[in-house]
Amino acid sequence: MNDFVQAFLNAEIAVASSHLLWIGLLQTMLLALMTVPLGMLMGVLLAVLSTQKTPWLRWPLMAFTDFFRAIPPLVLLIFLYAALPFGGIDLGAWGSVALAFLLNTGAYYAEILRAGIESVPRGQPEAARALGLKRWQVWIFVVLPQAVRNVLPDLISNTLEVVKLTSIASVVAVPELLYQARQAQSITYNATPIMVAAVIYFLLLWPFVRLLSRLENRRIAGRK
Amino acid sequence: MTGWQAFAQNFLNPEVAAQYAPMILAGLGVTILLAVLVILAGLTLGLALAVLRAFGLRVVNWGIIFIVDVFRALPPLVIIVLIYFGLPAAGLSMSGFWATWLALTLVLMAFAEEIFWAGISAVPQGQWEAGRALGLHFLPTLTKIVLPQAIRIAVPPLVNRTIAITKGTALGSVVAVSEILGAAQSGMAFSGNPTPLTLGALAYIVLFIPVVIAGRWIETRFAWRR
Repeated sequence: MNDFVQAFLNAEIAVASSHLLWIGLLQTMLLALMTVPLGMLMGVLLAVLSTQKTPWLRWPLMAFTDFFRAIPPLVLLIFLYAALPFGGIDLGAWGSVALAFLLNTGAYYAEILRAGIESVPRGQPEAARALGLKRWQVWIFVVLPQAVRNVLPDLISNTLEVVKLTSIASVVAVPELLYQARQAQSITYNATPIMVAAVIYFLLLWPFVRLLSRLENRRIAGRK
Repeated sequence: MTGWQAFAQNFLNPEVAAQYAPMILAGLGVTILLAVLVILAGLTLGLALAVLRAFGLRVVNWGIIFIVDVFRALPPLVIIVLIYFGLPAAGLSMSGFWATWLALTLVLMAFAEEIFWAGISAVPQGQWEAGRALGLHFLPTLTKIVLPQAIRIAVPPLVNRTIAITKGTALGSVVAVSEILGAAQSGMAFSGNPTPLTLGALAYIVLFIPVVIAGRWIETRFAWRR
């Protein structure tokens, strides 16, 4: 037990690595603030376009969405970061992360929002058009608010996944929480920094997990 | 050389592709094996925890909820790193393959428990009462009446979650598992050419596109009629 505490919950090492971890935490938050809005914007765009009636627009977009839902985000990230420079395109670590998240999480948000948009009764946009609203007004004031409300738990769940996913940026040396923890671990030869990072992730995300679990239970129970 | 030829030379070089295709195929085998093991263990443990939770023992349930919350909140890569780089410090060393397996299994277990449990609680109370009224004990009521209905409710969300977690096998490359991504990265390092990575990406597409489409189909097929 004492060995375990020494290796995983070493107070001295936790204090010594706190500076590195603090920088990592800030970078993780920065990453989340960058990737969530990017992905959501892309998702709204894809979802709105892929629910149009024109098949030459819908099918390619569905294929695009499925493609990026099928590729693991880490594979996409490594491809952008390590393979694209051979073709003369060097996005750098942050650029690769931004583009990978735009494509991957954009596809996920699109799939969720598409289901939401399809759940809005057709009469809603028709009525709004009949009342004289313009097309973009119908989307922004009538369809999207209802669509978002219908799939809110899925949207929150996906956002949680996106924040968790920012940890893969450590693989391309973005100094976020996990990367910093591993740095601290290799300097100190002790697993405490990783344990501390895990605790930070947990404290950061637990409230959302609880909220989500309530929303999901309520939704499934509501189907009785 | 046109732009397209230069692109093909780099990203789809036939010589490099021929040389490293067997390596990627071996990686595909590892990915599939890892995925199957994760799915089997994760879903079984998740269902077991959900059933255990149905007994309604308060202290046990708090424990289950806490464990589930922990593995839903932690990023899978953090768990893998913790197991692979951390556990040896406690005298427990695991290969990259088994570390990845354990981490993803725990994550799938947590999500599956949550979904199965939601399914169990969605079965109307009257089903329980009717089962008991027919003279069935608690356990037969659970396994013969409640669970079949609960699992049906759980299938669509479960399929999508399982696919998402299975894609996490690519994280194994971080701890030196030579699954598809790991094999592709070593191929790229040996050959100095990104073709192996293109092949790796193609392998994932071939593996997961059918699964993603099937997932969408199952979601509509099993959808609860409202």
